[in-house]
Amino acid sequence: MNKASSQAQTWHDIVLDTLKSNNVRLAVYVPDRVLTPLIKALHADDFFTTFACTREEEALGIVAGAWMGGLRAAVLMQTSGFATLPNVLASLIVPCQIPALLFVSERGTLGEFNLGQAMVCRTMRPVLDSLGMVHHTITRQDELAFIVDRSIKQAVATQAPVTFILSPLLTGGKVFSA
Amino acid sequence: MNVPHTHNAKVMNRFELTRRLTGRLTRGEAVIGGIGNTNFDLWAAGQRPQNFYMLGSMGLAIPIALGVALAQPQRHVIALEGDGSLLMQLGCLATVAERAPKNLTIVVWDNGIYQITGAQPTASAATADLVAIAKGSGLHKSAWAADEEDFDRLFAAALSEGGPSLIAARIDNQPGVGEVDRDPVQIRARFMQGLGVTNK
Repeated sequence: MNKASSQAQTWHDIVLDTLKSNNVRLAVYVPDRVLTPLIKALHADDFFTTFACTREEEALGIVAGAWMGGLRAAVLMQTSGFATLPNVLASLIVPCQIPALLFVSERGTLGEFNLGQAMVCRTMRPVLDSLGMVHHTITRQDELAFIVDRSIKQAVATQAPVTFILSPLLTGGKVFSA
Repeated sequence: MNVPHTHNAKVMNRFELTRRLTGRLTRGEAVIGGIGNTNFDLWAAGQRPQNFYMLGSMGLAIPIALGVALAQPQRHVIALEGDGSLLMQLGCLATVAERAPKNLTIVVWDNGIYQITGAQPTASAATADLVAIAKGSGLHKSAWAADEEDFDRLFAAALSEGGPSLIAARIDNQPGVGEVDRDPVQIRARFMQGLGVTNK
Protein backbone atom coordinates (compact mmCIF):
# COMPACT_ATOMS: atom_id res chain seq x y z
CA MET A 1 0.00 0.00 0.00
CA ASN A 2 1.46 3.40 -0.92
CA LYS A 3 1.28 6.37 1.35
CA ALA A 4 -1.33 8.27 -0.67
CA SER A 5 -3.88 5.46 -0.58
CA SER A 6 -3.09 4.87 3.08
CA GLN A 7 -4.00 8.47 3.84
CA ALA A 8 -7.24 8.25 1.87
CA GLN A 9 -8.44 5.29 3.88
CA THR A 10 -9.74 5.26 7.42
CA TRP A 11 -8.25 3.04 10.11
CA HIS A 12 -11.27 0.75 9.94
CA ASP A 13 -10.97 0.42 6.14
CA ILE A 14 -7.40 -0.73 6.62
CA VAL A 15 -8.29 -3.28 9.31
CA LEU A 16 -11.09 -4.70 7.18
CA ASP A 17 -8.93 -4.90 4.05
CA THR A 18 -6.09 -6.55 5.96
CA LEU A 19 -8.38 -9.15 7.50
CA LYS A 20 -9.74 -9.89 4.04
CA SER A 21 -6.34 -10.16 2.37
CA ASN A 22 -5.34 -12.66 5.06
CA ASN A 23 -8.51 -14.70 4.59
CA VAL A 24 -9.82 -13.98 8.09
CA ARG A 25 -13.50 -14.64 7.42
CA LEU A 26 -15.01 -14.73 10.90
CA ALA A 27 -15.13 -11.63 13.11
CA VAL A 28 -17.03 -11.78 16.39
CA TYR A 29 -17.34 -8.96 18.84
CA VAL A 30 -18.71 -7.52 22.02
CA PRO A 31 -19.80 -4.02 21.02
CA ASP A 32 -17.77 -0.87 21.52
CA ARG A 33 -18.53 2.68 20.43
CA VAL A 34 -15.13 3.33 18.87
CA LEU A 35 -15.24 0.05 16.92
CA THR A 36 -18.72 0.76 15.54
CA PRO A 37 -17.62 1.84 12.02
CA LEU A 38 -15.49 -1.31 11.70
CA ILE A 39 -18.31 -3.51 12.99
CA LYS A 40 -20.77 -1.90 10.54
CA ALA A 41 -18.39 -2.40 7.65
CA LEU A 42 -17.83 -6.06 8.57
CA HIS A 43 -21.58 -6.64 8.70
CA ALA A 44 -21.99 -4.96 5.32
CA ASP A 45 -19.38 -7.14 3.61
CA ASP A 46 -20.50 -10.64 2.58
CA PHE A 47 -16.93 -11.88 2.80
CA PHE A 48 -17.24 -11.88 6.58
CA THR A 49 -19.39 -13.71 9.04
CA THR A 50 -19.85 -11.19 11.83
CA PHE A 51 -21.97 -11.32 14.95
CA ALA A 52 -22.14 -10.15 18.54
CA CYS A 53 -21.37 -12.46 21.46
CA THR A 54 -22.62 -12.06 25.00
CA ARG A 55 -19.18 -12.16 26.59
CA GLU A 56 -15.62 -11.83 25.36
CA GLU A 57 -14.61 -15.28 26.64
CA GLU A 58 -17.50 -16.78 24.70
CA ALA A 59 -16.08 -15.04 21.62
CA LEU A 60 -12.64 -16.56 22.28
CA GLY A 61 -14.22 -20.01 22.55
CA ILE A 62 -15.90 -19.51 19.18
CA VAL A 63 -12.63 -18.33 17.63
CA ALA A 64 -10.79 -21.36 19.01
CA GLY A 65 -13.37 -23.72 17.56
CA ALA A 66 -13.37 -21.90 14.24
CA TRP A 67 -9.57 -22.09 13.94
CA MET A 68 -9.54 -25.79 14.73
CA GLY A 69 -12.20 -26.25 12.06
CA GLY A 70 -10.09 -24.42 9.51
CA LEU A 71 -11.54 -20.91 9.68
CA ARG A 72 -9.41 -17.92 10.64
CA ALA A 73 -11.13 -15.62 13.09
CA ALA A 74 -10.79 -12.34 14.97
CA VAL A 75 -12.37 -10.94 18.13
CA LEU A 76 -13.20 -7.28 18.62
CA MET A 77 -13.69 -5.81 22.10
CA GLN A 78 -12.88 -2.91 24.36
CA THR A 79 -10.39 -2.75 27.21
CA SER A 80 -12.85 -3.69 29.95
CA GLY A 81 -13.84 -6.76 27.95
CA PHE A 82 -10.24 -7.85 27.69
CA ALA A 83 -10.11 -7.82 31.48
CA THR A 84 -12.55 -10.75 31.54
CA LEU A 85 -10.19 -12.96 29.52
CA PRO A 86 -7.18 -14.17 31.57
CA ASN A 87 -8.71 -17.60 32.29
CA VAL A 88 -9.63 -18.44 28.71
CA LEU A 89 -6.30 -17.16 27.43
CA ALA A 90 -4.32 -19.13 30.02
CA SER A 91 -6.31 -22.36 29.80
CA LEU A 92 -7.35 -22.55 26.14
CA ILE A 93 -5.85 -20.08 23.67
CA VAL A 94 -2.21 -20.05 24.79
CA PRO A 95 -1.73 -23.72 25.81
CA CYS A 96 -3.59 -25.05 22.75
CA GLN A 97 -1.60 -22.69 20.50
CA ILE A 98 -4.58 -21.03 18.86
CA PRO A 99 -3.68 -18.03 16.64
CA ALA A 100 -6.59 -15.93 17.83
CA LEU A 101 -6.55 -12.34 16.58
CA LEU A 102 -7.64 -9.91 19.29
CA PHE A 103 -8.49 -6.29 18.47
CA VAL A 104 -8.91 -4.15 21.58
CA SER A 105 -10.23 -0.62 21.40
CA GLU A 106 -8.21 1.04 24.11
CA ARG A 107 -10.10 2.91 26.77
CA GLY A 108 -8.80 4.22 30.04
CA THR A 109 -6.10 6.47 28.67
CA LEU A 110 -5.57 9.79 26.83
CA GLY A 111 -8.62 11.59 28.16
CA GLU A 112 -10.59 8.85 29.89
CA PHE A 113 -13.53 10.17 31.90
CA ASN A 114 -14.51 6.95 33.69
CA LEU A 115 -12.29 5.91 36.60
CA GLY A 116 -13.33 2.27 36.21
CA GLN A 117 -12.07 2.26 32.64
CA ALA A 118 -8.85 3.97 33.65
CA MET A 119 -8.22 1.32 36.33
CA VAL A 120 -9.03 -1.68 34.17
CA CYS A 121 -6.77 -0.41 31.38
CA ARG A 122 -3.78 -0.82 33.70
CA THR A 123 -4.40 -4.56 33.92
CA MET A 124 -4.28 -5.25 30.17
CA ARG A 125 -0.59 -5.18 29.28
CA PRO A 126 0.56 -6.93 32.48
CA VAL A 127 -1.85 -9.78 31.69
CA LEU A 128 -0.58 -10.03 28.12
CA ASP A 129 3.05 -9.89 29.26
CA SER A 130 2.57 -12.46 32.02
CA LEU A 131 1.16 -14.92 29.48
CA GLY A 132 3.94 -14.19 27.00
CA MET A 133 1.40 -13.01 24.43
CA VAL A 134 2.52 -10.84 21.53
CA HIS A 135 0.80 -7.46 21.53
CA HIS A 136 1.15 -4.25 19.57
CA THR A 137 -0.21 -0.85 20.49
CA ILE A 138 -1.07 0.88 17.24
CA THR A 139 -0.99 4.67 17.30
CA ARG A 140 -0.32 5.58 13.65
CA GLN A 141 -2.44 4.85 10.63
CA ASP A 142 0.57 4.64 8.32
CA GLU A 143 1.85 1.69 10.35
CA LEU A 144 -1.48 -0.07 10.79
CA ALA A 145 -1.58 -2.25 7.66
CA PHE A 146 2.04 -3.35 8.09
CA ILE A 147 1.63 -4.28 11.75
CA VAL A 148 -1.68 -6.11 11.33
CA ASP A 149 -0.73 -7.90 8.11
CA ARG A 150 2.68 -9.10 9.32
CA SER A 151 1.32 -10.04 12.74
CA ILE A 152 -1.53 -12.15 11.35
CA LYS A 153 0.98 -14.02 9.23
CA GLN A 154 3.25 -14.48 12.24
CA ALA A 155 0.35 -15.66 14.42
CA VAL A 156 -0.61 -18.35 11.92
CA ALA A 157 2.97 -19.39 11.21
CA THR A 158 3.90 -19.63 14.89
CA GLN A 159 0.48 -20.80 16.12
CA ALA A 160 0.26 -18.06 18.72
CA PRO A 161 -2.37 -15.41 19.45
CA VAL A 162 -1.73 -11.73 18.85
CA THR A 163 -3.41 -8.68 20.36
CA PHE A 164 -3.77 -5.37 18.58
CA ILE A 165 -4.40 -2.51 20.98
CA LEU A 166 -5.99 0.29 18.98
CA SER A 167 -4.92 3.51 20.68
CA PRO A 168 -7.07 6.65 20.76
CA LEU A 169 -4.21 8.19 18.77
CA LEU A 170 -5.34 5.92 15.91
CA THR A 171 -9.09 5.80 16.39
CA GLY A 172 -9.85 9.11 18.07
CA GLY A 173 -11.08 7.24 21.10
CA LYS A 174 -14.18 8.03 23.06
CA VAL A 175 -14.44 11.58 24.36
CA PHE A 176 -16.30 13.04 27.30
CA SER A 177 -19.20 14.96 25.78
CA ALA A 178 -20.20 17.21 28.71
CA MET B 1 -44.29 -18.59 33.39
CA ASN B 2 -45.25 -22.23 33.80
CA VAL B 3 -41.88 -24.00 33.87
CA PRO B 4 -42.01 -27.63 32.76
CA HIS B 5 -40.26 -29.59 35.46
CA THR B 6 -37.57 -32.16 35.26
CA HIS B 7 -38.88 -34.43 37.95
CA ASN B 8 -40.36 -36.98 35.61
CA ALA B 9 -37.00 -37.51 33.93
CA LYS B 10 -35.16 -40.63 35.02
CA VAL B 11 -31.81 -40.19 36.75
CA MET B 12 -29.29 -41.82 34.42
CA ASN B 13 -25.52 -42.28 34.27
CA ARG B 14 -23.23 -39.94 32.33
CA PHE B 15 -20.74 -42.58 31.18
CA GLU B 16 -23.54 -44.89 30.03
CA LEU B 17 -25.19 -42.08 28.07
CA THR B 18 -21.84 -40.91 26.66
CA ARG B 19 -21.21 -44.44 25.36
CA ARG B 20 -24.66 -44.55 23.80
CA LEU B 21 -24.03 -41.19 22.16
CA THR B 22 -20.60 -41.95 20.74
CA GLY B 23 -21.86 -45.33 19.55
CA ARG B 24 -24.22 -43.52 17.21
CA LEU B 25 -21.50 -41.45 15.53
CA THR B 26 -20.81 -42.76 12.03
CA ARG B 27 -20.01 -39.65 9.99
CA GLY B 28 -16.95 -38.21 11.75
CA GLU B 29 -19.07 -35.96 13.93
CA ALA B 30 -17.03 -33.61 16.12
CA VAL B 31 -17.56 -33.80 19.88
CA ILE B 32 -16.44 -31.09 22.31
CA GLY B 33 -16.21 -32.36 25.89
CA GLY B 34 -16.62 -29.78 28.66
CA ILE B 35 -14.16 -29.74 31.54
CA GLY B 36 -13.99 -32.33 34.28
CA ASN B 37 -16.08 -35.45 34.41
CA THR B 38 -17.82 -34.63 31.13
CA ASN B 39 -14.64 -35.05 29.13
CA PHE B 40 -13.27 -37.79 31.40
CA ASP B 41 -16.26 -39.91 30.40
CA LEU B 42 -15.91 -38.86 26.76
CA TRP B 43 -12.29 -40.01 26.87
CA ALA B 44 -13.22 -43.29 28.55
CA ALA B 45 -16.00 -43.94 26.04
CA GLY B 46 -13.37 -44.35 23.33
CA GLN B 47 -10.87 -41.84 22.00
CA ARG B 48 -11.66 -40.45 18.59
CA PRO B 49 -9.64 -37.92 16.59
CA GLN B 50 -12.82 -35.87 16.24
CA ASN B 51 -13.06 -35.40 20.02
CA PHE B 52 -11.78 -32.23 21.68
CA TYR B 53 -11.11 -32.46 25.40
CA MET B 54 -11.20 -29.14 27.27
CA LEU B 55 -8.64 -28.74 30.04
CA GLY B 56 -9.86 -25.43 31.42
CA SER B 57 -11.98 -22.51 30.24
CA MET B 58 -15.05 -23.75 32.11
CA GLY B 59 -18.28 -23.01 30.27
CA LEU B 60 -16.83 -22.83 26.76
CA ALA B 61 -17.73 -26.24 25.31
CA ILE B 62 -20.75 -24.77 23.52
CA PRO B 63 -18.92 -21.71 22.11
CA ILE B 64 -16.06 -23.92 20.89
CA ALA B 65 -18.58 -26.25 19.27
CA LEU B 66 -20.30 -23.27 17.65
CA GLY B 67 -16.97 -22.18 16.17
CA VAL B 68 -16.34 -25.64 14.73
CA ALA B 69 -19.90 -25.77 13.38
CA LEU B 70 -19.46 -22.42 11.62
CA ALA B 71 -16.13 -23.50 10.15
CA GLN B 72 -17.39 -26.88 8.91
CA PRO B 73 -21.11 -26.63 8.10
CA GLN B 74 -21.13 -30.10 6.51
CA ARG B 75 -19.99 -31.80 9.73
CA HIS B 76 -22.30 -32.28 12.72
CA VAL B 77 -20.85 -30.95 15.97
CA ILE B 78 -21.88 -31.98 19.47
CA ALA B 79 -21.12 -30.07 22.67
CA LEU B 80 -21.21 -32.01 25.95
CA GLU B 81 -21.54 -29.71 28.93
CA GLY B 82 -22.35 -29.97 32.62
CA ASP B 83 -25.02 -28.02 34.45
CA GLY B 84 -22.54 -25.93 36.43
CA SER B 85 -20.55 -25.11 33.31
CA LEU B 86 -23.66 -24.12 31.37
CA LEU B 87 -24.88 -21.91 34.22
CA MET B 88 -21.53 -20.09 34.01
CA GLN B 89 -22.05 -19.16 30.35
CA LEU B 90 -25.81 -19.03 29.75
CA GLY B 91 -25.46 -16.25 27.19
CA CYS B 92 -24.00 -18.71 24.71
CA LEU B 93 -27.44 -20.33 24.34
CA ALA B 94 -28.81 -17.04 23.01
CA THR B 95 -25.87 -16.72 20.63
CA VAL B 96 -26.38 -20.25 19.30
CA ALA B 97 -30.10 -19.59 18.83
CA GLU B 98 -29.39 -16.36 16.97
CA ARG B 99 -26.86 -18.06 14.65
CA ALA B 100 -29.05 -21.20 14.39
CA PRO B 101 -26.46 -23.62 12.99
CA LYS B 102 -28.24 -26.72 11.68
CA ASN B 103 -25.23 -28.88 12.45
CA LEU B 104 -25.00 -28.25 16.21
CA THR B 105 -26.35 -30.36 19.06
CA ILE B 106 -25.90 -29.47 22.72
CA VAL B 107 -26.07 -32.18 25.37
CA VAL B 108 -26.30 -31.11 29.02
CA TRP B 109 -25.52 -33.47 31.88
CA ASP B 110 -27.45 -32.22 34.90
CA ASN B 111 -26.59 -33.79 38.25
CA GLY B 112 -27.46 -30.68 40.23
CA ILE B 113 -23.98 -30.43 41.71
CA TYR B 114 -20.58 -28.99 41.04
CA GLN B 115 -19.36 -32.55 41.24
CA ILE B 116 -15.61 -32.22 40.83
CA THR B 117 -15.20 -29.40 43.36
CA GLY B 118 -16.95 -31.09 46.25
CA ALA B 119 -20.56 -31.62 45.19
CA GLN B 120 -21.88 -28.18 46.08
CA PRO B 121 -25.45 -27.77 44.76
CA THR B 122 -26.01 -25.92 41.48
CA ALA B 123 -29.03 -23.73 40.87
CA SER B 124 -30.45 -26.47 38.66
CA ALA B 125 -30.73 -28.80 41.67
CA ALA B 126 -33.94 -27.19 42.85
CA THR B 127 -34.96 -24.11 40.90
CA ALA B 128 -33.41 -23.46 37.49
CA ASP B 129 -34.77 -25.56 34.61
CA LEU B 130 -32.05 -25.70 31.97
CA VAL B 131 -34.40 -26.77 29.17
CA ALA B 132 -36.76 -23.90 29.97
CA ILE B 133 -33.77 -21.54 29.91
CA ALA B 134 -32.70 -22.94 26.54
CA LYS B 135 -36.18 -22.55 25.11
CA GLY B 136 -36.39 -19.03 26.47
CA SER B 137 -33.07 -18.30 24.76
CA GLY B 138 -34.61 -19.30 21.45
CA LEU B 139 -33.50 -22.93 21.23
CA HIS B 140 -36.93 -24.38 20.52
CA LYS B 141 -35.67 -27.93 19.92
CA SER B 142 -34.79 -28.43 23.57
CA ALA B 143 -36.00 -31.34 25.67
CA TRP B 144 -35.36 -33.42 28.76
CA ALA B 145 -34.56 -37.04 28.04
CA ALA B 146 -37.11 -39.11 29.95
CA ASP B 147 -34.93 -42.24 30.00
CA GLU B 148 -32.14 -43.91 28.02
CA GLU B 149 -34.37 -44.86 25.10
CA ASP B 150 -35.74 -41.34 24.92
CA PHE B 151 -32.17 -40.01 24.96
CA ASP B 152 -31.30 -42.25 22.00
CA ARG B 153 -34.39 -41.09 20.15
CA LEU B 154 -33.75 -37.40 20.81
CA PHE B 155 -30.11 -37.71 19.76
CA ALA B 156 -30.95 -39.59 16.57
CA ALA B 157 -33.49 -36.89 15.73
CA ALA B 158 -30.96 -34.15 16.43
CA LEU B 159 -28.49 -35.73 14.01
CA SER B 160 -31.01 -36.41 11.27
CA GLU B 161 -33.41 -33.48 11.43
CA GLY B 162 -30.98 -30.63 11.88
CA GLY B 163 -30.59 -28.23 14.76
CA PRO B 164 -29.66 -26.46 16.73
CA SER B 165 -30.93 -28.89 19.34
CA LEU B 166 -30.43 -29.25 23.06
CA ILE B 167 -30.90 -32.46 25.01
CA ALA B 168 -30.71 -32.39 28.79
CA ALA B 169 -30.31 -35.51 30.90
CA ARG B 170 -30.59 -35.87 34.64
CA ILE B 171 -27.62 -37.88 35.79
CA ASP B 172 -26.38 -39.42 39.03
CA ASN B 173 -23.35 -38.35 41.05
CA GLN B 174 -21.00 -41.10 39.88
CA PRO B 175 -17.50 -39.75 39.12
CA GLY B 176 -15.98 -39.83 35.66
CA VAL B 177 -14.67 -43.21 34.54
CA GLY B 178 -11.39 -42.21 32.89
CA GLU B 179 -8.94 -39.36 32.97
CA VAL B 180 -7.76 -37.34 30.00
CA ASP B 181 -4.06 -37.15 29.13
CA ARG B 182 -3.49 -33.46 29.72
CA ASP B 183 -1.43 -32.44 26.71
CA PRO B 184 -3.23 -29.47 25.15
CA VAL B 185 -1.09 -29.20 22.03
CA GLN B 186 -1.50 -32.90 21.27
CA ILE B 187 -5.25 -32.73 21.92
CA ARG B 188 -5.60 -29.73 19.60
CA ALA B 189 -3.36 -31.19 16.87
CA ARG B 190 -5.17 -34.55 16.87
CA PHE B 191 -8.52 -32.82 16.75
CA MET B 192 -7.51 -30.70 13.77
CA GLN B 193 -6.21 -33.78 11.97
CA GLY B 194 -9.48 -35.49 12.80
CA LEU B 195 -11.32 -32.61 11.15
CA GLY B 196 -9.04 -32.72 8.11
CA VAL B 197 -7.50 -29.31 8.84
CA THR B 198 -3.88 -28.35 8.35
CA ASN B 199 -2.28 -25.58 10.35
CA LYS B 200 -1.94 -23.04 7.56
